[in-house]
Amino acid sequence: MIPELGHFALILALAVALVQGILPLLGASRGDIRLMDLGRTAALTQALLVFVAFGALTQAYVTSDFSVVNVVANSHSAKPLLYKISGVWGNHEGSMLLWALILALFGAAVAVFGAGLPDTLRARVLAIQALIGVGFLAFLLFTSNPFERVSPAPLDGNGLNPLLQDPGLAFHPPLLYLGYVGFSVTYAFAIAALLEGRVDAAWARWVRPWTLAAWCFLTLGIALGSWWAYYILGWGGFWFWDPVENASLMPWLAGTALLHSAIVVEKRDSLKSWTVLLAILAFSLSLLGTFLVRSGVLTSVHAFAQDPARGMFILAFLLLVTGGGLALYAWRAPRLTPGGMFQPVSREGALILNNLLLCTLAATVLLGTLYPLFLDLLTGNKVSVGPPFFNATFVPICAPLFAALCVGPYLGWKRAEIWPALLKLRVAFIAAVVAAIVAATAIDGRATLAALAFGFGVWLIVGSLGEFAQRLARTGYRMPPRAALGMTIAHAAMGVVVLGAVGTGAWNSELMQTMKPGDRAQFHGFDVKLERMESLQGPNYIAERATLAVSVGGKSYTVLQPERRLFAVQRRQVAETAIHTNLLRDLYATLGEGEAANGWVIRLYYNPLAPWIWLGAALCALGGFVSLSDRRLRVGAPQGGKRARTRPIAHPAE
Amino acid sequence: MNRRLLFLLPLATLALMAGFFAWSLLAGRDPASIGSVLVGRPAPRLEVKALRDDEPPLTDALLRTGKPTIVNFFASWCTPCLAEHPLFTRLATRDGAVIVGVAWKNKPPEARAWLKRLGDPYKFAGADLDGRTGLDWGLSGVPETYLVDGQGIVRRHFRGPITERDVNETILPFLKGAK
Amino acid sequence: MRTVAVLLATLLLAWPALAVEPSEMLQDPSLESRARDIGRSLRCVVCQNQSIDDSNAEVARDMRRAVRERLTAGDDDQKVFAYMVARYGDYVLLKPPFKAGTWALWLGGPLVLIVAGGLLLMAARRRKPIPPPVPLSDEEQRRLDALLKP
Repeated sequence: MIPELGHFALILALAVALVQGILPLLGASRGDIRLMDLGRTAALTQALLVFVAFGALTQAYVTSDFSVVNVVANSHSAKPLLYKISGVWGNHEGSMLLWALILALFGAAVAVFGAGLPDTLRARVLAIQALIGVGFLAFLLFTSNPFERVSPAPLDGNGLNPLLQDPGLAFHPPLLYLGYVGFSVTYAFAIAALLEGRVDAAWARWVRPWTLAAWCFLTLGIALGSWWAYYILGWGGFWFWDPVENASLMPWLAGTALLHSAIVVEKRDSLKSWTVLLAILAFSLSLLGTFLVRSGVLTSVHAFAQDPARGMFILAFLLLVTGGGLALYAWRAPRLTPGGMFQPVSREGALILNNLLLCTLAATVLLGTLYPLFLDLLTGNKVSVGPPFFNATFVPICAPLFAALCVGPYLGWKRAEIWPALLKLRVAFIAAVVAAIVAATAIDGRATLAALAFGFGVWLIVGSLGEFAQRLARTGYRMPPRAALGMTIAHAAMGVVVLGAVGTGAWNSELMQTMKPGDRAQFHGFDVKLERMESLQGPNYIAERATLAVSVGGKSYTVLQPERRLFAVQRRQVAETAIHTNLLRDLYATLGEGEAANGWVIRLYYNPLAPWIWLGAALCALGGFVSLSDRRLRVGAPQGGKRARTRPIAHPAE
Repeated sequence: MNRRLLFLLPLATLALMAGFFAWSLLAGRDPASIGSVLVGRPAPRLEVKALRDDEPPLTDALLRTGKPTIVNFFASWCTPCLAEHPLFTRLATRDGAVIVGVAWKNKPPEARAWLKRLGDPYKFAGADLDGRTGLDWGLSGVPETYLVDGQGIVRRHFRGPITERDVNETILPFLKGAK
Repeated sequence: MRTVAVLLATLLLAWPALAVEPSEMLQDPSLESRARDIGRSLRCVVCQNQSIDDSNAEVARDMRRAVRERLTAGDDDQKVFAYMVARYGDYVLLKPPFKAGTWALWLGGPLVLIVAGGLLLMAARRRKPIPPPVPLSDEEQRRLDALLKP
């Protein structure tokens, strides 16, 4: 009964979304305030309905209702509760439902927080949001119904992919989708602006908080995914340039560019059509990622069960959303009036350089991800584009980006001098050079490029903090606006990420040894002793666990217990790594194959600065949230909340 | 005018990409396919011990007899091999195909027992216990099948089990045409 | 057909990949270190975007062994790569070779940077420079000081 209720709610949601997608648009073009206001009611209703549907599916998972096909395929009664819940979005249908839910929630958020928006703009934004929702709801209902029943119901389910039965991965998709779908709001704002033919500072102020929110979530989602890969895949890597990882990186890069260009629109009324384009692209790239993961066009470790029929549907949808947006852009954007003038050397110029480099990075990732497909179709030749390619093409473009990153904040709007800015950065420059030299001499000569990158990391941190300190000194130690604080945090955090990536990527070391209980290994000053091996019974797996006693200088330091879990239902093995961190380095142990007679393969990794990657990413998102907390006060500022509430019931027709 | 074209550029890029995606989906491209570089080139070295007792080892000469030959890598532990096995039996008995079987990473007694149970379609059978020959043939797993013409040139390569359709559309014409 | 192939892949693929085994390692540390570097640049042909070093698929194991055999036999790195390409094609290289078919891949990114950067520079040069602000006259400065005085 409850699954049917969910299904029914989903159908109703589609109907409501259709209403929300059409009537407010009509209202906006006719100046009919009642039709426009319908958008807000519809947005709230739609969110409620999709929430009911999502709740119904969750209920089916939690109670292990095996009369639902989706539950049978992806759950099992012996699974812990957390993974029963996360199993809801650990599959194609459920994750699409989560998409639709977040989309509807964002729509409702615009309806609630957008009270200060001009009526026509709000109506159009809500309508565009709803039209995107129509696509997703139709996709769910017509190709991927999560509520499909099976009769007779099997006694138990097939279980969830063991790799997904992990706390990190339980929250990775929701965060990622909050990011992807958050960009739908900026997309809707961009389309609405093109329809209105008006992009101005007020528009940029409304768009920026949504962009920031989406960007923060996407940052966290990507970081969580990378962290998960680090500790679950069992060889200490953190980024693999897998097509699906790339698919999340591209909207992040476009979103980062958008975040910066929107500032120029807001402060200087310039770069308008470019910012609108970025807003369209950020969401389009999110959709492209969805398409790539679900269509079967590319293979990936992370890909869902692939189905060409679904692929055609998403492709058509992608074309409609992106193509429609870009066609409207090609038609209306040339009419946007260019805004304030500026010299090449200026804050505007620096932000353009930032955008140029970020977009080049996004283009590089896009090309690398899709090239095997292009080449295969055109010539039949198969190539692989893997990490070494991206290290050779992506990383070099980061260098000028990072170099310029610290200079930009010193440049004034409109016109600026480069030398005074560089002079103020001399401390950061010296620190970076010293760091690079120390890194190059202290660590083996093979990694001179890594030493250079290390210098860049220090440059980012010292440069950003230095700018903040000088700003404080200039303003008599009064706290600068939250937006400036957020910028400093996020910029310095990039440096932290770079240091972490260089540290663990270039200077990690590993020891691989076959050990029997009682055996010892010497590794990086640690004395590692395999104390014992034991078998464990988990809720839905059996495991083999090694207990490694780690001591330093005869004093016991820590105990590492890596496991190998065998999930009976799926007959799959998963390595559970053991990590000891002191935030400066990770001591990382995995258990490989073996048996009592010959011993077990134990792998130990020493990953310097590894925790900084995720610490930095979290800081980066924190910077975004700090900045957001500033903007929050300004959402809809030009037409403050009070005035909006007391506005006349009906506007005269325009 | 020039400026307007610039604004059309994103749309054009999208159209190009979408074209490729549609092409890929409609053509049913298998993204996991890795192709084979052997096709059109002389077959790699084939020097393995015989699988069955009292038989001489397999040599390259087997592939240069002037007659088309099918080379099939299989293993008793491989489930898809079970699926394609009846097709080889039929090719051998009904169509008189010369099939060379190589048991890949498979202990000979197990491979022999497997063939005994299901029937043995192989005119010559070898054992590649450590997978070295498989590597020379660019093998990625089992089953894989190569069509080698009378001059020892590889003409077709199937990764994964062959199907009824492969037999009718590719293998039988190849056997006839190359004769 | 696709499903069978997927089944095949899952049968051959025991996740998680557990990579190089101690028994495979070469005695000579410099050779072994070269082998690891090469292994990280070769794609496991039945895996999804994994290097042979990170995979424990059967064929990855064979490829690792072959890399070490070639190195021990005195081959240089290029020869080892060529050995693998002869068997598995360019597909086996995680860093695609720079040749006719991949020019667009390698040059695409830099091209975007150069073309877009060039257009921006041209636009900037065409734009009229903004005249520097005229300094305040003495009279204005005096009025400003008066205004700013608390």
